Amino acid sequence: MISGKVWKFGDNINTDLMLPGPLLFATEEEQKRAVFSANRPGWVDEVQLGNIIVGGLNYGMGSSRPASRSLRNLGIAALIAESINGLFFRNAVNFGLLALECPGVHAAFHEGQTAEVSLEDFTVRNRDTGALLKAQRVPAVLLDMMLQGGLYPHLEQEGFIEPKVVGGSL
Amino acid sequence: MPGMTIVEKIFARNSEEERVKPGDFVVVDVDLAVMLDMSFLATERRNILKVYDPDRIAVVFDHMIPAADRRSAEAHAYGRDFVRRFGIKRFHDVGPEQGISHAVVADRAYALPGTLLVCSDSHTCASGAFNCAARGIGAPDLLAAVTTGKTWFRVGETIRYELSGGLRLGVSAKDLFLHLAGTWGHHTNQNVEFGGPALPGLSIDARRTIAAMGAELSAEFATFEPDDRLIDYVRERNSAPFVPQYPDEDAQYAECRAVNLDEIRPLVALPDAVIRNSVAVSEIVGVPIQQAFIGSCANGTLDDLAEAARVVKGRKIAPGVRFLVTPATQAVFNAALRWGYVATLMEAGAVVTPATCGACFGGHMGVLGPGETCVTASTRNFKGRMGDPSARIYMASPATVAASAIAGRIADASEITGDTG
Repeated sequence: MISGKVWKFGDNINTDLMLPGPLLFATEEEQKRAVFSANRPGWVDEVQLGNIIVGGLNYGMGSSRPASRSLRNLGIAALIAESINGLFFRNAVNFGLLALECPGVHAAFHEGQTAEVSLEDFTVRNRDTGALLKAQRVPAVLLDMMLQGGLYPHLEQEGFIEPKVVGGSL
Repeated sequence: MPGMTIVEKIFARNSEEERVKPGDFVVVDVDLAVMLDMSFLATERRNILKVYDPDRIAVVFDHMIPAADRRSAEAHAYGRDFVRRFGIKRFHDVGPEQGISHAVVADRAYALPGTLLVCSDSHTCASGAFNCAARGIGAPDLLAAVTTGKTWFRVGETIRYELSGGLRLGVSAKDLFLHLAGTWGHHTNQNVEFGGPALPGLSIDARRTIAAMGAELSAEFATFEPDDRLIDYVRERNSAPFVPQYPDEDAQYAECRAVNLDEIRPLVALPDAVIRNSVAVSEIVGVPIQQAFIGSCANGTLDDLAEAARVVKGRKIAPGVRFLVTPATQAVFNAALRWGYVATLMEAGAVVTPATCGACFGGHMGVLGPGETCVTASTRNFKGRMGDPSARIYMASPATVAASAIAGRIADASEITGDTG
C-alpha cells in the first residue's frame, strides 16, 4: 500500500512545465528545482517526500525529456491521472516513477486529501471520503521497472551500459 | 478474426505474434534507432558497451547545430567518438548532410515503409508519413533499442482519418492539423491512421507536417497509408527492399472520421496549447508580433519555404519584426536556394538560418525574451517553449506566419497576397 497527500493538476499538463527547455542541459538537482516554475511557482518548496500528484486528461503531453525523473527526484510516490501521454508513461517506466491511469481520479480528490494506492488489485482510494476507484493495470514487467529504479539498472546488469551514473569516458 | 490496422500489422511483422490487437503488450524488433546530439549530453549519456547492430543505428546531430555552446560541443565530440567506436555508417554531423533528424530520415528515406523506427525525440512520429511505425521514446528506451535491438509498446486503439478533397491555395497541412487538434482534441493512448482519396494530392512534405504534429495530438503513432507517390519517393532515395503495409479491409478502428480538405481554412492556435485551442485567423488578426518563425521538423520542408516565399515575394517585413526561417535540413536549404526561395525570403528581410531544431525548442537562434509575442510555424507553443515563460506563442501555417511578418501583426495570407483562395 502506498499512501500520500495529494496535489492536484489539470488536463494536458505538459513536459515543458515539469522540465523547462533552458534546464535541459542542467543537473538533475537544478532540473528538480524548476518543476512547475512557470505554472505554479514555489510548489517545489511545498511538496514533500511521499506526496502524490493527481492529474487530469493527457498528463505529460509533449517532449521525450526526462520530466518524470524530476518528479521522482522530488520524492513523488505516485502520479495518478485520468490518462497519461504514452511517451511520459514510457519515461515513468524508464526513470522509475509510479504512474497510473485511473478514470475518475481527478473528480474524486480535493487537494490535500490522502490517496491510498494498492498495486495488488490496482485500486486508488480516497482515505478522506472512502471513494474507491479502479486504475488501469500496468504490465508486470513495466511495473517492476517503475518500482525498482527504472531501465538503467537493468541495462547495467545485462552488461549493455557501464554501471556509472553519468558522463562515460571518451 | 478481425483484421489489423497499419501499426498493428507492423507490430505483428516485428514480433512473434500472428495477430496484434488493442490492449496487447508487445516486444518488437527495431528496424532503425536514431540517436541525436542530445543522446550524448554529459549530464544524460551512459557509456554504451555494445550495440545490437550498427547498421540499424543512425546518428544525427540536430538540436544544437552548429554547436551552440561548450556543452553541446562536448556532446558532439563524444558522439563522433561513439560513431567511430561502433562503426556507424549513417552519421549526420555538422556539414552538408546536417539537419533535423526526422527531416534527414525523410530526405534520405531511411524510414522505410512497413518498418519500425524509434528515436529519443517526441516528433519521431513524423516518419509515419512513410508508412513507418515511428515513435519517440525516452533516452533509456533508446539505449535499450540500440543495445538489444528491441523495444516494447502497449497497443492502443486506432482512429482512422479518411481524407477527401484537396487543400485550397493558402491553406496547408498545418491548418489541417490545427483543425484536427481543435475539433477532436487529444488522442492519448490512441494511434491515428491517415488515408482516403485525398492522399495522392497531398505532397510527401504535407504528410510529414501532419505526421510530425501527431505528437501534439498526444497520439501513440501517426501513420499514413502507402501510395505510389510515397513508394516512388522512397525508391528514388533508398535501394533497400521494403514491404509497405496497408490496413486490412476489416481492420478494427475505434472510430473513422471523414475530413474534407476543401473545407479547411487558415487557423491559429492561441498561446500555451494546441488541444482545442484553434481559432480562425480572421478572429485574431491584428495581434502585434515581435518574431515570426518558420522551421522545425514539422514546417522546415521545401513546401513550407516555397509557401513562405510565395507570400512575401516583392514585399518587406514590418519594422520591429524578426522573421526567422530555418530549413529542416541543409539539403532543403540547398534546394530552396536553387528554387530562389532563399533569395526571395532574404530580400523581404528574413534571416535564413542553418538547419537545426534551434528556435523551435528555445535552444538557440531565435529564443524569445520576456513579454514578447511570436507567431510560429513549428511544432509546439507550450508556455516557455521558445524561451521566456512570459512570451506568447501563437501557432500557425507558414503562409500565416509569413503574412504576419509582413504585416507586423497576425495576418491572413490572403489579405497580404490578394488571393481569394
